[in-house]
Amino acid sequence: MKFLNRKTVVLAALGASAILAGCEAPPPETIQNGYRGLQMQTNYNPRLLQASLEANVPPDAIPAAAEGGPLAKDVYKNVQVLGNLTVNEFNRLMVALTNWVAPEQGCYYCHVSDGGFEDDGIYTKVTSRRMLEMTQDTNAGWKDHVADTGITCYTCHRGNPVPEYVWTTDPGPGQPTALAPTGQNIASATVAYSSLPYDPFTPFLLQDNDIRVIGDTVLPQGNRRSIKQAEWTYGLMMHMSDALGVNCTYCHNSRSFYSWDQSTPQRTTAWYAIRHVRELNNDYVVPLTEILPDSRKGPLGDVYKVYCTTCHQGAYKPLYGAPMVKDYPSLQGPVPEGGFAALKAAEAAAAEAAAEAAAAVQEEAPPAQAKADMPEAAEPAPEAEAVAADEQAKVEQPAAPEVVAEEEPAEATAEAPAEVTEDAPAQEQPQQYPPRLQYPPPSMMRYPPAPLQYPPAPQTR
Amino acid sequence: MAMLSFEKKYRVRGGTLLGGDLFDFWVGPFYVGFFGVSTIFFATLGTLLIIWGAAMGPTWNPWEINIAPPDLSYGLGMAPLMEGGLWQFITICAIGAFVSWALRQAEIARKLGMGLHVPVAFGFAILAYVTLVVIRPVLLGAWGHGFPYGIFSHLDWVSNVGYQYLHFHYNPAHMLAITFFFTNALALALHGSLILSMTNPQKGEAVKTGEHENTFFRDLVGYSIGALGIHRLGLFLAINAAFWSAVCIVLSGPFWTRGWPEWWNWWLELPFWS
Repeated sequence: MKFLNRKTVVLAALGASAILAGCEAPPPETIQNGYRGLQMQTNYNPRLLQASLEANVPPDAIPAAAEGGPLAKDVYKNVQVLGNLTVNEFNRLMVALTNWVAPEQGCYYCHVSDGGFEDDGIYTKVTSRRMLEMTQDTNAGWKDHVADTGITCYTCHRGNPVPEYVWTTDPGPGQPTALAPTGQNIASATVAYSSLPYDPFTPFLLQDNDIRVIGDTVLPQGNRRSIKQAEWTYGLMMHMSDALGVNCTYCHNSRSFYSWDQSTPQRTTAWYAIRHVRELNNDYVVPLTEILPDSRKGPLGDVYKVYCTTCHQGAYKPLYGAPMVKDYPSLQGPVPEGGFAALKAAEAAAAEAAAEAAAAVQEEAPPAQAKADMPEAAEPAPEAEAVAADEQAKVEQPAAPEVVAEEEPAEATAEAPAEVTEDAPAQEQPQQYPPRLQYPPPSMMRYPPAPLQYPPAPQTR
Repeated sequence: MAMLSFEKKYRVRGGTLLGGDLFDFWVGPFYVGFFGVSTIFFATLGTLLIIWGAAMGPTWNPWEINIAPPDLSYGLGMAPLMEGGLWQFITICAIGAFVSWALRQAEIARKLGMGLHVPVAFGFAILAYVTLVVIRPVLLGAWGHGFPYGIFSHLDWVSNVGYQYLHFHYNPAHMLAITFFFTNALALALHGSLILSMTNPQKGEAVKTGEHENTFFRDLVGYSIGALGIHRLGLFLAINAAFWSAVCIVLSGPFWTRGWPEWWNWWLELPFWS
């Protein structure tokens, strides 16, 4: 072994250390997302995870406002969104908002200093009003995405007047004129430094181009979408992975990316999230184009927009799931007429009435009630339900929508995957080539359903 | 089984690593030795355990039989038999059989006074396997990181591990391993076709010599690596293919948790061209 002389050893050692120099030290933190041995798994570098945990801590909540007092709309002028809050609640929210969005600039970031607080003569005020509506609508209407954790201004702003992570349509770097722009092939941070198309946001998070390009049959039967289209989809997926600090297997079993019944429940959330972000951009952000200055716009004149990183910032749940919005009821949805005091009184009355009604129902029809309690009874005893619902509806209006809102997320989550798998392909590809061979064939799906959580330690089983 | 007239000459005593004279005999054409016995033992036991695992599982479809490692929560401890313990025993059997086979190769080589190139080369294949099911799981802190024993299931493992790092083709060691595999195939194709073209001449033509072989490649690319050199090259390429495969997977996880494309940022961060 003459060639194993000292020089070779030194060279090999240099080479090995050069490779390892760019790397991390074991062991990483790993979380199992699927059946054992399937390697659906999230990997964290403990050092980076610690840094991320420390960087994603929400500020302490401001003490709740004293109850009672006049409503803001009766005391202040031009309060369009938060008028039904009491003055105390309103001012508490204004203080919180200032801390979240403009801690250095203060009140006069959004208010005209010499025109009175009601003056709309500054674009930041009009923008923040719209952003408040956006926050309320998100928390009330997009529970499939934000759940009860919800969002506040801080989720995105983190003490910055403009959120740190925003996007604009990217015209790309200058290119030699002989080359047609490809929209890809630079190591772009937006797609986790791969060579994939660097602006997947314009087609998918602003426009609603079809993200799903994968065929669902063994042989190419009518799927005319190309690898080039798939690269745009992959670009978006790289962004989502990077924004959430996870990898592809957080949502997908890569043996079959499209298949909902082999995916994790998180994929359902992500499905809603894409539609949510699209709505945020189209309904709330883009309409502000006229009033926002050029300093809030990209090279093509489009405004700073929302993508996954805007809120998530490397965490699988923004701020690692800290439930900030529970301390700010005024952001949980549009403030009801008459304010929270009125709502609370109504709720108390409703609860009382419901209890009475339930008691009455129990006395009248015990067998029906028992049947309704059994989990298998998909259709709970109609009479009992109807009676209870009627009583409730008669006694108090606001209580009814609340019940519906509580039930909705669970139902929607359960139904959505089935809906998507069944409806979407049928719409996209009319049945031209019957019979279609489904891939993978159902018999190939032998994996038990993925556990929802990290499995409990062996001794606790 | 009949023995060729000169074969007796090479069936000499000694050279064993373990067991002395006890297993120093042949069965038909096969040398036994201690490691022949241990190979048979581990291979049979492992195969029976796989069959037993399949019998306990939901299917006899050979594509779908799956003997999976334990949940990550078991860490580096033992798992119940039906929850990954079987995988652990089969892994022990597999390593036992592979290593026994290599040592049997070494014993035969010692009997014949040969170099130990064959067992060393096979050792790299064993290294790649051990890296997958022992070294990397130990570095990651759980046996559950090993690959499952099953045709589809191990392919799913490969696919998902690749996607854990977003784009595995950006893994530098994976790039090297692939390059070595392809170059290895190229070298073997060139060598095999060259030898056949020399030794299988047209009817009426004489068998050609080493000089023809050298001249062919000198005419073609200006250089012939030579009769010995091509085998050195072949061994080098094959060993490196296995070695860098092991490196590329042991880096993924223990030494890198993010997307592989991001690893290349050191290039973007070099000051003089970025």
